[in-house]
Amino acid sequence: MKKIVILGAGTAGTIMANKLAKKIDRNNWSITLIDKHETHYYQPGFLFIPFGIYSKKDVIKPKKSFVPSGVEYIQKSVNIINPESNEIELADNQKISYDILIIATGSQIVPDEIEGLKGVGWQKNVFDFYTIEGTISLGEKLKTWEGGKLVVHLAEMPIKCPVAPLEFTFLSDWFFTKKGMRDKVDISFVTPLSGAFTKEQASKKLGNLLQEKNINLVPDFAVEKVDEEKNVIYSYDDKQVEYDLLVSIPTNMGDAIIERSGLGDELRFVPTDPQTLQSLKHKNIFVVGDAAALKSSKAGSVAHFQAEILEHNIMHFINNEPLQEKFDGHANCFIESGHGKAFLIDFNYDTEPVAGTFPVPVLGPFSLLKESRINHWGKLAFRWMYWNVLLKGFSIPGIKSKMSKIGKKLTK
Amino acid sequence: MPTATFGNHQVEVNDEGFLTDPTQWNKEIADAIAKEVNIPELTPKHWELIDYLRKYYTEKNDMPSIRFLKKNGIIPIKDLYSLFPDGPLKKASKIAGLPKPYSCV
Repeated sequence: MKKIVILGAGTAGTIMANKLAKKIDRNNWSITLIDKHETHYYQPGFLFIPFGIYSKKDVIKPKKSFVPSGVEYIQKSVNIINPESNEIELADNQKISYDILIIATGSQIVPDEIEGLKGVGWQKNVFDFYTIEGTISLGEKLKTWEGGKLVVHLAEMPIKCPVAPLEFTFLSDWFFTKKGMRDKVDISFVTPLSGAFTKEQASKKLGNLLQEKNINLVPDFAVEKVDEEKNVIYSYDDKQVEYDLLVSIPTNMGDAIIERSGLGDELRFVPTDPQTLQSLKHKNIFVVGDAAALKSSKAGSVAHFQAEILEHNIMHFINNEPLQEKFDGHANCFIESGHGKAFLIDFNYDTEPVAGTFPVPVLGPFSLLKESRINHWGKLAFRWMYWNVLLKGFSIPGIKSKMSKIGKKLTK
Repeated sequence: MPTATFGNHQVEVNDEGFLTDPTQWNKEIADAIAKEVNIPELTPKHWELIDYLRKYYTEKNDMPSIRFLKKNGIIPIKDLYSLFPDGPLKKASKIAGLPKPYSCV
């Protein structure tokens, strides 16, 4: 009996387990899924919690309910991966061997990477919204906050869901407007990038929107430290921004297991072939989702598209065939822009987000790189799709893992 | 493909003025680009990083991140910002005749 081990039961790992369970020959192969946590979080929902749109119960389900029958689920921490002996050592020293390992350990915020961030103000007037605890306490704070300088601050790239900080900023504008106190809140968006976003056309569009909403954009700000006595963030070139309420998106890194096992780069992400998703170092290790050191976005949609490619390549690997499925870097993200509207962007390694309609030319129903109400409804409906379609390893009708140029207004 | 002239050298550049062929680069070009990005003179400290980036690129066909430079003791970030103010890696790469570093999405 041969063994596939999937490390991490988040979005990417869970989808992979479900896809492979439907596909592999169970007489010869077994699947084991390992994760130390009990609860699966719908992470896109964390954005809505501070504004009271979602609460905790909307974003949690037990991980076990997404484990397909016939897949062994081990809820334990991992000490180390030993790629030389094809073994995983669990925290209780138990050893699990594998023929194929799929790393899906994700990415997480590491506030300790920024000097002073976890100081006296942490969870008092300094918050994150990338963890369930952070986003809930930020929500409590916003209920009673009387206004002042709100600074949304992005430490360094890459981050999980690169549009989330902008969405948070747009939603803040809407939230305080609705509460009738927008005039008491001064909102700034502080980023190490030269504009609102990394991709040129989208950056221009979103930058304009910040301006329309009277939000200050502070670009090229590489944070060095936070002084939580004085409520100031400092950059390496001695720029400073004062805050009353700081919402920080700290450095994102891969899991500590990756570093302990010597498998990661300087951010603990695993160097991976951008097309086949095979580890660059070990032929029987594959990487899916945020854990991979790739130039694609770290986002659920990307994990889902990668899983569709990887499913085929794992089958090719099992059958000793060339890994012929190629991932193109496809990402598809709704960008909530406040007041019941949202953008949609669709792009890949080579094509930046442009205007158009999606997934069908002219008819849409979604409009690309343009605000619309239907995009907003699409974003909210996505939660149902996530729990009921995506995690279970099914595809969304009409949306392919490879990016389509149909319906897009490409200039070049 | 647009071209740019630095001293007596004509080279191919992209829309943002980055050299498209790192082999067309030389030290005079570096000096000229430095002036364009408001660094009047390249000191030995500047050259240390430029040489490092050229070597890294030749070996790996990729650009290091600022975090990589810090973590591997190549240069403290504070120094990087004082040598190449406002977008240091972008400026240093441009002067070194290398592609614009990729900022991930």
